[in-house]
Amino acid sequence: MAEAGDRAIPTRIAETLDKVGRGAVRGVAEVGLGAMLFWQSIYFIFLGRSREQPLRIAATFERAMEVGIRALPIVTMLSVTMGIMFAIQGIYTLRVFGAEEQVTIGLGISIVREFGPLLTGIMVAGRTGSSLAARIGTMRISQEVDALEVMGINPVRFLVAPALIAMIVMVPLLTLWADLMMLIGAGWYVSVDLGMSFAAYATRIIEVVEVNDLLHGLAKATLFSILITLVGVINGASVEGGAEGVGRMTTRSVVLSISAIIVTDMIFAFITTRS
Amino acid sequence: MNNPAANRDLARQRPDLSDAPMVIDIQKLVTHYGSREILHSINLGVREGEIMVIMGGSGSGKSTLLNTLLGLLRPTSGQVHILGEDLTQISDVEKTLLRRKIGVAFQGGALFGSLNVLENIMLPLREHTKLDVNTMRIMARLKMQVVNLAGFEHLMPSELSGGMIKRAAFARAVVMDPKILFCDEPSAGLDPIVASAIDDLILNLRDAMGMSVVVVTHELESAFRIADRITVLDKGDILMTGTVDEIRSAKNERIQNLLNRRTETETLDPDEYLKRLTAAND
Repeated sequence: MAEAGDRAIPTRIAETLDKVGRGAVRGVAEVGLGAMLFWQSIYFIFLGRSREQPLRIAATFERAMEVGIRALPIVTMLSVTMGIMFAIQGIYTLRVFGAEEQVTIGLGISIVREFGPLLTGIMVAGRTGSSLAARIGTMRISQEVDALEVMGINPVRFLVAPALIAMIVMVPLLTLWADLMMLIGAGWYVSVDLGMSFAAYATRIIEVVEVNDLLHGLAKATLFSILITLVGVINGASVEGGAEGVGRMTTRSVVLSISAIIVTDMIFAFITTRS
Repeated sequence: MNNPAANRDLARQRPDLSDAPMVIDIQKLVTHYGSREILHSINLGVREGEIMVIMGGSGSGKSTLLNTLLGLLRPTSGQVHILGEDLTQISDVEKTLLRRKIGVAFQGGALFGSLNVLENIMLPLREHTKLDVNTMRIMARLKMQVVNLAGFEHLMPSELSGGMIKRAAFARAVVMDPKILFCDEPSAGLDPIVASAIDDLILNLRDAMGMSVVVVTHELESAFRIADRITVLDKGDILMTGTVDEIRSAKNERIQNLLNRRTETETLDPDEYLKRLTAAND
């Protein structure tokens, strides 16, 4: 028994190391695949027409509608709610110091620089990233991706490039909308709770928020849009084993996208606040 | 074979293609999935205008062979010449150009769910030609008539029956008038009447358009009806390539097992089995 136990420990260590090693190799391979997909998409977006492989304009508009316009109701509702929540918390915290009126500074800067892009990124990851992974995964198991290849149609041009350009355009626009809705939600609560007029609140926000803050948020939103698209495509393209596989990779896509958004957000904030 | 229709088709006049040039020439093809060797040094040729059926049981390697021919799998070694181009040597651009000369009807149809039937069939024309939309529509509708799908242009793939999906897949596969048509399990999952109609469709397409057809199937009746020659694959090796009559009269036990739907029984020597078990525990 003791011998069997002694043997089991190195075996378990070896199995763990094996799993870690395989996970690391897979991670590196996925990063490489993501970089290749991004490069190829950019190639087709800018040089496709001259190489007789043009970007599919109709599909790009359809994707843009899906990413942006059809997401407006949910983004509006959640943004207004989050704005009210930030105002409640902000006023509650500043009341300790008797500085409730200063809540507009925190609201303006944190919403435009941080919470607008983050909330939009997370919502788009859950909504569009998952549907992209599921769509490509379903196409893969029903041999539609193979069909594209054997028809001489590059799947990256056909599937990835329209999704990527639609996301790069629509996610920053959606972020601007989310910023506005959060600020309106917060402004409504501030005016009710502090008795400040909405016009005074708006003037204060315009004074506080600089163009740089806006650009900071939009740059992050653009980065998030690329991450969500690539994570969705990579996971969709890795689907194996039928409908169950599609479900598994769709979930993985959402989890990885949100994780990537949060980590990137932290790194971005760290780098941009150093200079 | 008591089916009169099948007997009639077995007796159909098959063209003499012995002098026709090769459109597919495979030499010493070896293909791996990971570390597992699936195809073991295969040699095979398909002539212009010929219907070649690749037959075999599950795991025989026929799907791997098809995927290798379509360029979806990279061979480990050997040569695969399609229309004179060596698949193992050509660039991606040359491969794309070559793919415009072949058509593929996938087992499940592989129609794009976001496009209706007409748009699916028009897709290769849209991507590879500069024809105006009206001309493309006319060409796609002509192919729809050939496969008996006229009138169903605006249905979505989810609204089609199994047989209709296969027909639409055939129409899309031949819309560019390919020189070679590949069909993966064309009659799988269809009732006998629809399956028979698909067989007729393959014969009609070959006769009308003069293309070579490679059909991968494990449906014996279908294979005997449509094939000019049959290649029998088993465990990654070609057991035999020959005409329908040659295959039917083959003495090879594994071919007869396949034709008579007999499972292979492995006879185990008890001593050998014990030795194997002991070796596994060492």
